[in-house]
Amino acid sequence: MIQDRFWLRDPEREKELKKSGGGGGGTAMRIIVPLQGVVQGRGGLVLGSVIPCALFYFMQLYLKRNRSPPPSPSPSSNNESSNQLSELPSISRSQSRTHLASPRNSSGPVQISSRASSIAKSGDSPYYLGLKKVASDPYDASNNPNGVIQLGLAENKLSLDQVRGWIVKHVEVSLLDANLSISGIATYQPFDGLMNLKIAMGGFMSQVMQTSVSFSPSQIVLTAGATPAIEILTFCLADPGHAFLVPSPYYPGFDRDIKWRTGVELVPVPCRSTDNFSLSIPALDRAFNQAKKRGLKVRGVLVSNPSNPVGNLLNRETLCSLLDFVREKNIHLISDEIFAGSTHGSDEFVSIAEVLDSEDFDKSRVHIIYGLSKDLSLPGFRVGAIYSYNENVVAAATRLARFSSISAPTQHLLISMLSDTEFIRGLIRETRGRLRKMYSLFVDGLKQLGIKCAESNGGFYCWADMSKFIRSYSEKGELELWDKLLNVAKINVTPGSACHCIEPGWFRFCFTTLTESDIPVVMERIRKVSESG
Amino acid sequence: MKQSQLSTKATCNSHGQDSSYFLGWEEYEKNPYDEIRNPEGIIQMGLAENQLSFDIIEEWLKENPDVALFKRDNVSVFRELALFQDYHGMPAFKESLAEFMSLIRGNKVRFDPNKLVLTAGATSANETLMFCLADPREAFLLPTPYYPGFDRDLKWRTGVEIIPIHCSSSNGFQITETAVEDAYKRAQKRNVKVKGVLITNPSNPLGTTVSRSELHMLLRFVAAKGIHLISDEIYSGTVFDSPAFVSISEAITEIENYNKILDQVHIVYSLSKDLGLPGFRIGAIYSCNETVVAAATKMSSFGLVSSQTQHLLAAMLSDEKFTKKYISENHKRLKERYDMLVSGLGDAGIQCLDSNAALFCWVDMRHLLSSKTKEGEIKLWKKILYEVGLNVSPGSSCHCTEPGWFRVCFANMSQETLELAMYRLKAFVDSSKQSKVCCKSVRESMKSLSKWVFRLSPSHCDESNR
Repeated sequence: MIQDRFWLRDPEREKELKKSGGGGGGTAMRIIVPLQGVVQGRGGLVLGSVIPCALFYFMQLYLKRNRSPPPSPSPSSNNESSNQLSELPSISRSQSRTHLASPRNSSGPVQISSRASSIAKSGDSPYYLGLKKVASDPYDASNNPNGVIQLGLAENKLSLDQVRGWIVKHVEVSLLDANLSISGIATYQPFDGLMNLKIAMGGFMSQVMQTSVSFSPSQIVLTAGATPAIEILTFCLADPGHAFLVPSPYYPGFDRDIKWRTGVELVPVPCRSTDNFSLSIPALDRAFNQAKKRGLKVRGVLVSNPSNPVGNLLNRETLCSLLDFVREKNIHLISDEIFAGSTHGSDEFVSIAEVLDSEDFDKSRVHIIYGLSKDLSLPGFRVGAIYSYNENVVAAATRLARFSSISAPTQHLLISMLSDTEFIRGLIRETRGRLRKMYSLFVDGLKQLGIKCAESNGGFYCWADMSKFIRSYSEKGELELWDKLLNVAKINVTPGSACHCIEPGWFRFCFTTLTESDIPVVMERIRKVSESG
Repeated sequence: MKQSQLSTKATCNSHGQDSSYFLGWEEYEKNPYDEIRNPEGIIQMGLAENQLSFDIIEEWLKENPDVALFKRDNVSVFRELALFQDYHGMPAFKESLAEFMSLIRGNKVRFDPNKLVLTAGATSANETLMFCLADPREAFLLPTPYYPGFDRDLKWRTGVEIIPIHCSSSNGFQITETAVEDAYKRAQKRNVKVKGVLITNPSNPLGTTVSRSELHMLLRFVAAKGIHLISDEIYSGTVFDSPAFVSISEAITEIENYNKILDQVHIVYSLSKDLGLPGFRIGAIYSCNETVVAAATKMSSFGLVSSQTQHLLAAMLSDEKFTKKYISENHKRLKERYDMLVSGLGDAGIQCLDSNAALFCWVDMRHLLSSKTKEGEIKLWKKILYEVGLNVSPGSSCHCTEPGWFRVCFANMSQETLELAMYRLKAFVDSSKQSKVCCKSVRESMKSLSKWVFRLSPSHCDESNR
């Protein structure tokens, strides 16, 4: 951007600008010349007033662009364990301004980075208190029936026994079999994952997404979880100051994973309850244009399918429209499909890969994020993947994977497990069945309390409208209710504001950490609080 | 159709992948030595991997099968492990890692597990520390020669700069106060803000332990300037000879008023070198600075250690019998190999820096240079790579200011392979002393040499039965 060349001597940016075309020099001159004119008394009143205004505008843009990254805002808890994250500076929608220059570390004489200090400041968020509360007083049906029930973690405990069953049968073979001594796993492995695991992962993805589309191992980059996968992809697709459009409400973890170290911004594109929080292309278009007006360069759209926290599926038509949209704007499309195997509704999951396969779209702008934390209930093993149709992105992500490689013994274990197609088939079927059951039990329970949920087809949660129970139809009211639910009802849930939902009163309830008998307990607790008003 | 743009990071090459360090690896990949299938291939001597003591680990695994089966005290812990993604790390693992770190330091220092942050390898630990301590365009001072990977790990995504502290062979590449001050001044002249100093102790690529006086000097320097000191101690368990290893955690207690600078000192550790488990991706940051620990802990989300691995290593490292045995046996074997390399080089009339640690030697081939320049060094390096068939790391890739030094690894191959490498080198040196011999005959003489080595090497029979 023009103003960068004036105010910020950023060699990287200048290189990029040079690359994008030599028009820069000319534009610069077009500003310098009239400036000189104004200074020398030529150019007239118009230029004399327009130019200072323009300069002032650009100065504001520069200040905004170059302030230190905002404190990590997310009370994410949907897939992290109790002590995780969730540093939220009182879930305020406006980000606090931090200093332009590197901030002084107030706690001592030695300075740390602005990234580190921003995290240090955001310690006392209300949401962090929620997680702490569960950790200090966790509910247990027999041992601690009055403890805090965790409904804020998108963890699937329903199918763990099946995975464990497989391990018990097979693991001796996987870790150290006759052909594989320790030297086979202990030594340096390719940082982007073993080829055999990529092959197994590709096959697994096809199975889980129930598609005939095959995922080529050469387009897969394996990482230690989906968290680094999305960060690495962001580093590849956008520079600091660029932005992604994200339909909201969205997974709170994105605020950290995408923004924190990369300096890339997220522009929420609000979805409405009136159409069940569905993605709207006109809304995307509006957001794109607004961002452009603000001088923010949008580099891509990030969608989650199934979505989190609502649980929507994107149908084929919407996916096609999305592809048209990103082609028209010449931007990227990232599809986070980490819950692809965890669908429970009547609608069928359609991966963006399937649409690309069947129609003629420009594939090089499409990238998929996947991982084993949800569908295989193995968040502890740290296995994620980037699937990209762009060979330059694959090459760059491969190099960046060195900072987030999957541990070798885990890779070997999973090669065996994922290649056991019989087992996987059975597991997916069983998981879907259990999810379906829990979902309907839970939603019914809420319905009996007069609480309606958005229609959802996937994920480990339901998206419930509690707005009639909040005192004031505002974020403040929502947080008050959240606090009551946590401290009086003793259930930990995720408030919509943490997910950047613009309509107050929506809450995400995860039900996959519960057993069936826990559900009436939860409902009773909610009832007490909702009745007390 | 227009190509949508990628980030500058994705398109630029400034992360060091093109340096000779990595090119050598690529050449090796194309033509790797194999005793039977490719006896004329390139021998990898550029990979600092410890393959000498796998048998000890295998033995432990055989004696403790339950751990691999996700059991603890005969009870299955699979459920907890499968779900465990707490970025604070597994307490049992952190405790045993802290104990192990103490053991390596002769139990002269104790480590608090709560000050440990686990990361997927030291690569991730170093980058995370940079993200925590410095902003883009700020700098860290590093003594040269340094590990080529730092150009990538410390700079690439962080935007942090490296300013070299020049060390020379005149004093065995020790870090002098003048050199540090000089580097600091150079930064100031360029208006670059220095955020700290990073050293590797034991040093990569020198293989020497940093002396107590150097450590004191550095501590006083960072105290005076109010900046950080990172001590990358990933080779601390590979010190096979005197002088004994002095960790920064020990040296700091000898500084007056050291409590004032505790916030400024950080240690990086890993099990890739000491335990020979680079594939497991286990790294750690140790810091008394609470803010750094808090921030680094959250950043570790981008590179957590697999719970399966944490469980396995917690059991392994808490077995004191195993750790003591491993450390002492490993030292013995490393020393044997080191002696072998040094004597083999000596036979070829090549000397190396007197070193007592790590998995490589810092070899002086200045006398073999056609011209005492960087070009001369690269020319020699290419000869060694393509004609002699050894992938070694040229000093220029480590930013050494004096041409002619090379890093040669000795712990990532069998004994015969090392012997063969020495023979090849000797043959090359001998032949280059005479008038120009054509490459073909050199290689032919090497061909017959390699077969000869296998038939007559005394340890051959034992090795093959191992």
